[in-house]
Amino acid sequence: MSSTTQDPHAEHGHDAHAHAKPGFVRRWLMSTNHKDIGTLYITMAFIGACTGGTLSEIMRQQLMYPHNDVITSGAAWNAIITAHGLIMIFWFVMPALIGGFGNWMVPMMIGAPDMAFPRLNNMSFWFLACGFIFVMLGLTLGTGTGAGWTLYPPLDNSQYSPGIATDFSLFSLHLAGISSLLGAINFIATILNMRAPGMTMHKMPLFCWAILVTAFLLLLAIPVLAGAVTMLIMDRNFGTSFFEPSGGGDPVLFQHLFWFFGHPEVYIMILPAFGIISHVVSTFSRKPIFGYLGMAYAMVVIGFVGFVVWAHHMFVSAISDNSRVYFEVATLVIAVPTGIKVFSWIATMWGGSIEFKTPMLWAIGFIFLFVIGGATGVVLANAGLDQELHNDYFLVAHFHYVLSMGATFGVFAGFYYWIGKMSGHQYPEFWGKVHFWSFFIGVNLTFFPQHFLGLAGMPRRYPDYADAFAGWNFVSSVGSIISGLSTFVFFYVLWRIFSSKEVLADNYWGEGATTLEWAVPSPAPHHTFEDVPVIR
Amino acid sequence: MSGTVHTATDQIKSTVPHPYHLVTPSIWPLCGAVSFMLTFTGIILAAHFHIYYVLAAGFICALATGFVWWRDMIREARTPGLHKLVTQIGQRYGMALFISSEVMFFVSFFWNYFNYFFFPDKMGTAFAPVWPPMGITTIDPFAIPLFNTMVLLLSGTTITWAHHCLLEDDQKGLVRGLAVTVVLGLMFLCGQAWEYTHSPFPFYHGGIFASSFFIATGFHGVHVIIGTIFLIVCLFRARAGQFTPKRHFGFEAAAWYWHFVDVVWLFLFVCIYFLGRSAIVAG
Repeated sequence: MSSTTQDPHAEHGHDAHAHAKPGFVRRWLMSTNHKDIGTLYITMAFIGACTGGTLSEIMRQQLMYPHNDVITSGAAWNAIITAHGLIMIFWFVMPALIGGFGNWMVPMMIGAPDMAFPRLNNMSFWFLACGFIFVMLGLTLGTGTGAGWTLYPPLDNSQYSPGIATDFSLFSLHLAGISSLLGAINFIATILNMRAPGMTMHKMPLFCWAILVTAFLLLLAIPVLAGAVTMLIMDRNFGTSFFEPSGGGDPVLFQHLFWFFGHPEVYIMILPAFGIISHVVSTFSRKPIFGYLGMAYAMVVIGFVGFVVWAHHMFVSAISDNSRVYFEVATLVIAVPTGIKVFSWIATMWGGSIEFKTPMLWAIGFIFLFVIGGATGVVLANAGLDQELHNDYFLVAHFHYVLSMGATFGVFAGFYYWIGKMSGHQYPEFWGKVHFWSFFIGVNLTFFPQHFLGLAGMPRRYPDYADAFAGWNFVSSVGSIISGLSTFVFFYVLWRIFSSKEVLADNYWGEGATTLEWAVPSPAPHHTFEDVPVIR
Repeated sequence: MSGTVHTATDQIKSTVPHPYHLVTPSIWPLCGAVSFMLTFTGIILAAHFHIYYVLAAGFICALATGFVWWRDMIREARTPGLHKLVTQIGQRYGMALFISSEVMFFVSFFWNYFNYFFFPDKMGTAFAPVWPPMGITTIDPFAIPLFNTMVLLLSGTTITWAHHCLLEDDQKGLVRGLAVTVVLGLMFLCGQAWEYTHSPFPFYHGGIFASSFFIATGFHGVHVIIGTIFLIVCLFRARAGQFTPKRHFGFEAAAWYWHFVDVVWLFLFVCIYFLGRSAIVAG
């Protein structure tokens, strides 16, 4: 360990370390390079997606037929849905969009040589990796953590979840939270302080705007989650009664604190995808994005309003009628800036010379499916309707349309758009399209029928259902098998990418791609912009 | 507007090297994350099985990582040409943003407190809807808490005294001001320790008032400890003459943090000790 200490005197000459690639340990365990750390994050997201995806396949197998016995104990079922939610959010979507593409692209897009705090950047990643160990312990130890990803008391108090698994899951949120918080500080300092001369805020690429707003949401929301989780851990282990009615505590308070974090978290997951979609749509329409400033400030508005709508997640949690009215109206307001974004994407495509390359397919798929998820969101924002639909499959369908399709399609759009820049190898166009269409069909077949199941009254979070729901559940499970097989197409795409010998141009998308990452070679060299670029 | 937005082809290649500080590879981030994981595992093992050595090991590793990482940063800061002006500005952003997130951490504990302060009926039907709850004897705000308020406010002035000495390049005054601030910080901590050991309500199974009181003041106390350590590091650096009137961000960051801790205390004093006092207060 000690031999690895900094030696600033020896190595900090500008040329000394410019082109030397460090060995394996120094490169991957001690990295201070934004591209390598971004790659580590994308690897983490890949592991997270495979784990969380496997859990969802198990769940859909159980629900394929009524009274099925794939999962024999309710506790195992509860542990699986809890881990699926936590892993997909904290170890797939966030590391892919923020840690992965954010780390890779933000410094290059603003013409900076690296992130503001490279060691902090690396520590963010390792906190996340350690958190993954914890969340897996939470899944596997004893009967696992069965409280759901929202971790509401009393489900996870010491009476109903006495084992250590729940403590590991709670602390996994602390580790992932510290990771996100440090990452957020890093992104804000980088974007505000390290833009190249001439790159004013109003010329900054929309992906950087998206990451900037996301980072502010993380900075202000994550500490509140940390406080709430700390109080839960204290209640479980150290005799306090924050959420214990027997000591005067209030379980609903936890829901307020959780959703004060949880609603901004929704935008934390989708805003970076918004940024990616803007770039992809603009590139493959060969037009600058329509209404650039409106697009940037729409994200800022979404970020602000996202902080004052949290209790729409609590319409069935005994909040007052006045609160319901306020939170319903405030929630509907968010449809306005979101509408600005959707219409601006469409206006960008309008009259453009559109090329349906794989990233563009994912982007158009995103717009199409995110609008469906947004529309069911408007339905659920109504407090009266929500009380009918909140605890059934309509809500499951809604948030999977914005996440499993919205955020995930954003991840794949970014992946196919940038993989050539990141790896130096292009994906096979045909198989990329096969991946898109099979995944598109799979997820729609999985989640669209869940709207019908929800409206028919099938409750969520149960491992079994009445015979009347059998038909659409079978369709939904077939859909999940198709998306599972589609993932194997993606594995094949990966294999083709990394065995490819094709040499790529700097800007392999041509004139439509205008941001600074296209001005450097593909693959991007270990260090970029060691000389400051000047933006006109 | 949109036609001129961010085009790569508009970029002018220059030969001006970037002014930022790119650090060399370091193992401390991995060590830091693993020591936090050890610490958290230690808390779980201590709570469930009364095994304490993992917690101790994790804590020591975390402190050691903090020490070596901090040492690297000071070395870099003292190497001419590494921390140019833009890097120093970046560090300011970093510290200011970190303190903002700390503010939100305390928001969660104040939210918990005000949930019952403003809506005492949320304690449930088994409790009379009054705050503080019936039967609780609270701590007299005008005894040790007021004294501690004065101690912290005074420490806020002594750190400003030290800062002004530094700006005038009065190194002796800087050391004196910092030393007095550290002593005041330790005095505050002693006051809190005395108050905790003589508290009229227990922490363990003490009900919602005790829980809210101890988590808010307890986490504040932890932050005073961190701030005091930060000031002690600055004291050693000041004695070694490492701060100059023009470059002393380590000192400024410590001062910012100290003022933040001070402001949190003022809110705790007014909202919890003073407004939350019961008819009967313990001396």
